[in-house]
Amino acid sequence: MFTVTVHHYLVVSAILFSLGTIGVLTRRNAIVVFMCIELMLNGVNLSFIALSHFLGNMDGQVFVFFVMTVAAAEAAVGLALMIAFFKHKESIDVEDFNLLKW
Amino acid sequence: MELLFFYLVALVAVLSGILVITCKSPINSAISLVMTFFCLAIFYVMLHAPFMAAIQIMVYAGAIIVLIIFVIMLLNLGTAVQARTSHCIAWGSVVGALMMLLAMTFLKGGETTTVQGEITKEVVAQVGHTELIGQAMFTNFLLPFEIASILLLVAIVGAVVLTKREV
Repeated sequence: MFTVTVHHYLVVSAILFSLGTIGVLTRRNAIVVFMCIELMLNGVNLSFIALSHFLGNMDGQVFVFFVMTVAAAEAAVGLALMIAFFKHKESIDVEDFNLLKW
Repeated sequence: MELLFFYLVALVAVLSGILVITCKSPINSAISLVMTFFCLAIFYVMLHAPFMAAIQIMVYAGAIIVLIIFVIMLLNLGTAVQARTSHCIAWGSVVGALMMLLAMTFLKGGETTTVQGEITKEVVAQVGHTELIGQAMFTNFLLPFEIASILLLVAIVGAVVLTKREV
């Protein structure tokens, strides 16, 4: 009864993922939206590692490694995009991200 | 005792996650995000994955957050971007809460499989966590590893090209 089970970790991970979703849907600052995406990725990572530990399998942790790689690449490209956009439009409001709209 | 510690860390993680999405200034959000990352690193240590905890601190708290704070300070916006209208926030929260509810019911109804792999915490303590990760990554996951390295190369080139002067 008083041990930490896999459900505890999965609940925390679900809460973090949902918080990230709420942030993506309700914020207009593109950098904050970006941080919320990182929060969602971390929620997924937590469930990967928790299940990997409780099932005695290493594959989940290797996947977390790849998720971190993708997050790092995403950070580099995403922030570069934001800087390029800011130079162009002097704003990082996601409502102004309409360059491809005609 | 472990459960108490878990609840403490989980509380801090969720509270700082809430701060990330509610703080007005992006800098405050970034600092709260660092707190969440540290809490997750503590979870990874509790789950006998010390290498992942170290990577979490180095890559997320060390590299990604520094990059984000660097960009926030470079653009120097402060709280210039105004908030969404309140009905947008309400709908977003409803969707998020619905998703969380769905996940919770799924978790409550589901039971984890009792199939156990061979990596127990004794094996991790004996062989070493980094060695186990390395064995898995350089044997079973060699092709994804190479693809990840190409992805990083493309990201480097992309970041340089995007921030060039004449875009």
